[in-house]
Amino acid sequence: MNRRRIGLILEIAVPLLIVVALILWSAGSTSFYFPPVTDMLVTFKETWLFDRFGSDVVPSLYRLAAGYAIATVVGVAAGVVIGSVPLAARAAEPIVEFLRAIPPPALIPFGILVLGIGDTMKIFVIAVVCLWPVLLNTVDGIRGLDPTLTATARIYGITGWDRLTRVVLPGSGPQIVAGMRTSLSLALIMTVVSELVASTNGVGYFVLQSQRDFAIPQMWSGIILLGVLGYLLNAALGLVERRVLAWHRHATERAR
Amino acid sequence: MPRPHRWLPGTVAVVGVLAVLEIASRTGLLPRRWFPPMSDVLVRLVGQLGDGRFWTDLAQTLQGWAIGLLIAIVVAVPVGLAIGSSWWLYRALRPVVEFLRPVPSVALIPLAILVYGSGIETKVFLVAFASLWPLLLQMIYGARDIDPVALETARSYRLRRGDTVARVLIPSVLPYLATGVRISSSVALVLAVTAELVVGSPGIGRAITEAQNGGDVELMYALIAVTGLLGWGLNAVLRRVERPLLHWHASHRLEEVA
Repeated sequence: MNRRRIGLILEIAVPLLIVVALILWSAGSTSFYFPPVTDMLVTFKETWLFDRFGSDVVPSLYRLAAGYAIATVVGVAAGVVIGSVPLAARAAEPIVEFLRAIPPPALIPFGILVLGIGDTMKIFVIAVVCLWPVLLNTVDGIRGLDPTLTATARIYGITGWDRLTRVVLPGSGPQIVAGMRTSLSLALIMTVVSELVASTNGVGYFVLQSQRDFAIPQMWSGIILLGVLGYLLNAALGLVERRVLAWHRHATERAR
Repeated sequence: MPRPHRWLPGTVAVVGVLAVLEIASRTGLLPRRWFPPMSDVLVRLVGQLGDGRFWTDLAQTLQGWAIGLLIAIVVAVPVGLAIGSSWWLYRALRPVVEFLRPVPSVALIPLAILVYGSGIETKVFLVAFASLWPLLLQMIYGARDIDPVALETARSYRLRRGDTVARVLIPSVLPYLATGVRISSSVALVLAVTAELVVGSPGIGRAITEAQNGGDVELMYALIAVTGLLGWGLNAVLRRVERPLLHWHASHRLEEVA
């Protein structure tokens, strides 16, 4: 057997073994905090497929998607402006650096004060937090545009909208997507935190409520769901990235 | 026309934004109940510097940050190096790490409350868990990036094991460790403040919630600004510490030229 095949088998077998080991190890667990994994999985199926899917998962995903979409659009737009005008970049730098350094959850009390505890506050907080990685990566991407490319565009008289959609955005695309990737995990984190602090539904709310009711398998099922969501969102963005950036060398290399 | 100074546009912008906010609040353009004048916030911020309570909160936030980050470093460095330098371990554990990494650490907050209560242990646990992953990944990359030629050279010259570690392994891994610590440091601060906000562990985060609940809007803004300055300051300190350690490395040589 060659090394490659052994490697592939290891990659599949070890995670499976770990799951099996966890199930066996926890099977007779009488610990209040760590019930048997099988109990968690049964509860997971009862709770999320699809009893509370509409009442908790959908609201969470809606907030996440809305905040993330706003952050992406605003981040790319502002990034294009800041990245194209050197003076704007120097003017914005200290403000952006400061706002970015604020630990995101610290904005929640501000959000609650001004916007209340509804969806608007959550979407706002998610959007603000996800804005910075997209914005900064767009700025970097535009600054790193191939000078030959921009010079060629200038010689051919490509300006305005055409320049933006055919030269600037494709050229900085890989970097923008890298920023969007960072933002996506932030979006999930902020969705959960905002639901932990103040909410009446959502997966984060469900997990906290289960803990308060000492419904431990339910709490674990929610934690597992959040883990799965994090993994799936990341994987989904990876797929989008490969499609949109299929022409790009780095992307194709990674797609291999 | 003389070239504007490097930091002049930034200063003008900061002063401009603060002035606009001040005027908007004083004239009632922004509801004063929610957006107090920036000068009031500034006065409140300066006033905090003489308040013992503020320094205790700050120390407690930093304590959670430091202990959690330290635990993460102690765990991630040996484990990451082991995974990165062994073909078997890398193959076997990479998918596990890839799966666990995107799991939002904040999902564990209710579990941490349940097991550790609302004290410092919860904060430290969350900080350590969240800041583990960036460090672990950096150490795995670092171990895999050790130049095999350098290792073979060390072997050819019959360097003793300790010398190989000191002259080949550590210099080549150090930049990755520095990057990992810097990423994890900001993650750690985020989680420390989150734990204080959500769980109510003592610290700046809890003080922000209390200010908001108590209707002390100026204090709330002042403390939010403190967390921003704290994040910015920690990053600046780490960069400063890195520089003498890594001045020989390409990334830093480039920075100096620029």
